Amino acid sequence: MNLLNVWIIMKREFGGYFATPVAYVFIIIFLLLTGFSTFYVGNFFERGEADLYPFFSMHPWLYILLIPAISMRLWAEERKSGSIELLMTLPVSVFEAVLGKFMAAWAFTGLALFLNFPLWITVNYLGDPDNGVIIASFLGSLLMAGGFLAIGSCISAITKNQVIAFVLSLIVSLVFVLSGYGIVIDFFASWAPRTIVETISSFSFLTHFDAISKGVIDLRDMMYFISLIVIWLFANALIVNARKAD
Amino acid sequence: MTLRIEIDDIAKHFGAIKAVDGVSFSVSKGEVLGFLGPNGAGKSTTMKMITGFLTPTRGTVRVCGHDVLQDPISVKANLGYLPEGAPAYADMTPDGFLKFIAEIRGLSGAAKRRAIDESADRARITTVMHQPIETLSKGYKRRVGLAQSILHNPPVLILDEPTDGLDPNQKHEVRTLINEMADDKAIIISTHILEEVHALCTRNVVIANGKVKFDGTPLELEAKSRYFNAVCVNVANIEQSQFEAFLTSLSYVSQVEKLDNNAGFRVYPKSGQQVTAQLSENIRENGWEIDALYAEHGRLDEVFRSITLPASEAKN
Repeated sequence: MNLLNVWIIMKREFGGYFATPVAYVFIIIFLLLTGFSTFYVGNFFERGEADLYPFFSMHPWLYILLIPAISMRLWAEERKSGSIELLMTLPVSVFEAVLGKFMAAWAFTGLALFLNFPLWITVNYLGDPDNGVIIASFLGSLLMAGGFLAIGSCISAITKNQVIAFVLSLIVSLVFVLSGYGIVIDFFASWAPRTIVETISSFSFLTHFDAISKGVIDLRDMMYFISLIVIWLFANALIVNARKAD
Repeated sequence: MTLRIEIDDIAKHFGAIKAVDGVSFSVSKGEVLGFLGPNGAGKSTTMKMITGFLTPTRGTVRVCGHDVLQDPISVKANLGYLPEGAPAYADMTPDGFLKFIAEIRGLSGAAKRRAIDESADRARITTVMHQPIETLSKGYKRRVGLAQSILHNPPVLILDEPTDGLDPNQKHEVRTLINEMADDKAIIISTHILEEVHALCTRNVVIANGKVKFDGTPLELEAKSRYFNAVCVNVANIEQSQFEAFLTSLSYVSQVEKLDNNAGFRVYPKSGQQVTAQLSENIRENGWEIDALYAEHGRLDEVFRSITLPASEAKN
């Protein structure tokens, strides 16, 4: 693994987001939705507490919708335009390319997340929040976004069609958020063995993110998201390798 | 003669379809190998296997001594590749695109700048360096792809239809560029434009249905034509029938054919030998006045058809 190659691919991909209005549209919508969900759904003011829990607790739901919009182009576009043939015949490995593209999408998400800083200023102006909790929650949210992105990136490699990539990623993300909740468990309980059902229920993004959004950084939650990212990106590389020439 | 590309019995099967079925050839430094064949013959598939984009079903490919399966990164570092259709990142400018390629190729600082300027200059895209690639004409897009492939001055160049879709002037420029680079590189060019056989190539490989049908010089390819070294001749001051009888009687002539519009005769020599000088002498010995006398080249389109089509179809 040549990290310089990862960096070069990441730079190109990151710049690609800003070559069209897509990045700006996305960031504006992201900020509008986080603002809306924090103030109207999360009742930021009515709670009367100086923290950003209403902001962070909404993130899994926002990410289900918005992250697939970032990840859908990663490989689908590359395959559709044929530029994958160029990329895969440059002296880079598949893993470097997968990681570089993923990191670019992750950095872009991080930027969009960071642009919520006026909210942080507001809460510091209004009260005296625990900024350590806020930083921990921010990192936790970023980690969870990485999980969504890894899923989306992998699915984007399956198809040449960005719309299909978007819809499939959205559905898989939804499954990962909702697993552990009624409908998903019922679906599996009808035919799968108990141990598998329990395993599935422990896979919920919500369970692992809930503690983080309250500022509790548990190593197991971190490991959950990190191993999720690693597994999906590994699958991503295998799929790219198998389907690049189709 | 250093061997730069060695291909040994490669095949690529897609399910039951044998796109490439046992192709072997090699290319040395200084050679420009014209890779000919009808559409769907397996040209692009073969090139994709050489560049490591496709994994062969069997067989080995070595580029500059590196095996493409065991050491793909070294192979890729040693070659420049223009894929069919010259794909690029459409929303980038040629400048940004070439910067990316240069960095991935391990160039930085002044060397990177120099490589970009040189390749842009050679591919003649300096005037469009800051326009998004998607807004460029087909010819410019092709040349951006060409600039990308030669940027790191690779010892091996693989160009898949580099002149496809270009106008005659652009074709000429691209051919000039390739000829300029030919001496110190091993180059494979796929094409179905037969005029490029003479304009570009030092050697030709013709494939059809995934198999090599011909491997030799352009002259050898021409020699397979029945028109190769045939002579068209006409004289002024003699009856046509008498002249035809005279031509048929010559010992080195195998066949005489009457041309349309009383334009004379086409004389086919025995075993493809050159007979122009001797024929001219024999006619003068008889005191006849020569109106026209010229040797024909081999007809490549006819050779191409006879090589790549089954015998039954080639006649039509």
